[in-house]
Amino acid sequence: MSPERRTAAALADALAAGEATSVEVTQAHLDRIDEVDGALHAFLHVDAEGALRDAAASDARRAAGESWGPLDGIPIAVKDVMATRGLPTTCGSRILAGWVPPYDATVVARLRAGGLPIVGKTNMDEFAMGSSTEHSAWGPTHNPWDLARIPGGSGGGSAAAVASYEAPLAIGTDTGGSIRQPGAVTGTVGVKPTYGGVSRYGLVALANSLDQAGPVTRTVLDAALLHEVIGGHDPLDSTSIEQPLPALVEAARRGADGDLTGVRVGVVKELGGEGYQAGVLARFEESVELMTKAGAEVVEVSCPSFVHALATYYLILPAEASSNLARFDAMRYGLRVTPDVAENGAGPSAEDVMRATREAGFGDEVKRRIILGTYALSSGYYDAYYGQAQKVRTLVTRDFAAAFGHADVLVSPTAPTTAFKIGEKVDDPLAMYLNDLATIPANLSGVPGISIPSGLADEDGLPAGVQILAPAMADDRVYRVGAALESLLAAEWGGALLDQAPPLVEEGGLRRSRDHGGEG
Amino acid sequence: MPETPEHTITREEVAHLATLARIDLTDAELDHLAPQLSVILESIASIQGVAGDDVPPTSHALPLTNVYRDDVERPGLTAEEALSGAPEVEQQRFRVPRILGDEQ
Repeated sequence: MSPERRTAAALADALAAGEATSVEVTQAHLDRIDEVDGALHAFLHVDAEGALRDAAASDARRAAGESWGPLDGIPIAVKDVMATRGLPTTCGSRILAGWVPPYDATVVARLRAGGLPIVGKTNMDEFAMGSSTEHSAWGPTHNPWDLARIPGGSGGGSAAAVASYEAPLAIGTDTGGSIRQPGAVTGTVGVKPTYGGVSRYGLVALANSLDQAGPVTRTVLDAALLHEVIGGHDPLDSTSIEQPLPALVEAARRGADGDLTGVRVGVVKELGGEGYQAGVLARFEESVELMTKAGAEVVEVSCPSFVHALATYYLILPAEASSNLARFDAMRYGLRVTPDVAENGAGPSAEDVMRATREAGFGDEVKRRIILGTYALSSGYYDAYYGQAQKVRTLVTRDFAAAFGHADVLVSPTAPTTAFKIGEKVDDPLAMYLNDLATIPANLSGVPGISIPSGLADEDGLPAGVQILAPAMADDRVYRVGAALESLLAAEWGGALLDQAPPLVEEGGLRRSRDHGGEG
Repeated sequence: MPETPEHTITREEVAHLATLARIDLTDAELDHLAPQLSVILESIASIQGVAGDDVPPTSHALPLTNVYRDDVERPGLTAEEALSGAPEVEQQRFRVPRILGDEQ
């Protein structure tokens, strides 16, 4: 099997056994990026030189009998919202065009300390606002299953990169579903850890009480391996949890035997039914049946306040975002646009420059949310909107607590639909927001969640995902149950779901999109 | 229960909010954004009255007390690093446009 088709765990074994070198593995992925990224646009920046240098250093360490950890030498892609010293970091925004941070995010520092060569930075909706990657200032990413469709968002670049074998591993961030929903619509695995389980230092903040970085991979075991590299307490993040991570890799390995005897699985009544595509629901129900057959005790649970989660999220998120994005003021870094105004010959003021810069530097969705957040925080509206949203957040958390009294994990479809067409919802904000219906409650409450592929929807042959949620700090449960379901489904399919994806490269060049030829 | 706000945002209100948020918006953008924001607001207004006065607010997902570090020196960015992304630099400082008007 060519290196880029193998899982990170298999590649790590091959490196340890001396059957491959990190330089070979990294070069194979860089070649793949060269071959297919023109059609996908998963990457905003590729650092071949830096990745090969780090790969060579990993090989030299290994030759000297040294290792920096289980993923030493395995290449990785990083979402462009993470500060990377010496590598451009734009968050998909014109306002940060060309910005090269002078420091590393803690997640990035841990990747470097773990010996993982960083192949590049992946595309995303501007400042992580979106569910399709269409709000990137640098153009959309295309779904490897069908190039005319979206790869989800905001982390569509990371999901498309692992789905198309451009990288075995990637980093994503999840504020309302931006790791899990792209995972669902690209047939890959994504994990949102417990809030505070992975450091936010150097993660450019969207909504800091919701943002959480996590693994984007093709298998549950690979996600657990990566989670253990990036997770754990960080004194540079005051919201970081000062406790050791649970044994995640062990949980994933244990789950792989497919036995769920004694595990209580709660199906959330409110996360299904109306608004969910029939093929997505069908695959979800099959997954639940498989878990039952594997010994799980399946119960229905009700979380009545979840129906208010979307509205709560679209008050809390814009409010926090409007405050966080105030830092883009054209003074210390990023874009500066000097408008052509003259007041008594004095030239434009700092405020004129700020207003002109933010007008030119932010896209539509960012402007919508900043204005909405400014409104929600205005005096006179604060209690009715933002204050109320914070209270409903308490109700969501109480619903989770009650549900976890009856079940060890909760399950639902990850996203209500499969991937839609590029352009279909880009100027219809409410339709776009509905993509995160099932993923948002976990962010409001801070609990961990995983999305794994559940199969292909009958209507369109596109991937759907199943979401598994666990109580805060019980991230090991999502790995155990996720790995079990993954192995049960693989037995049904006779392999991984991605094996069924149409090849991106055919004789005579790149595959064209199904519906209209040659997007991107 | 305080008086219920209207669930629409007028074009003038959007212009005012944009000023507060320090974003210039063109006439075309105001025409485009105002109705979209009203639609969003209408849908999120449904949460009013959902939680009673007895429900405490949650501001962070997990309750944490304040975190302190030891008051010891540690390395930070050099001046060169801190200024590396600056639009304009003068004498090892960020150079900014004038911040005062004529009357000040």
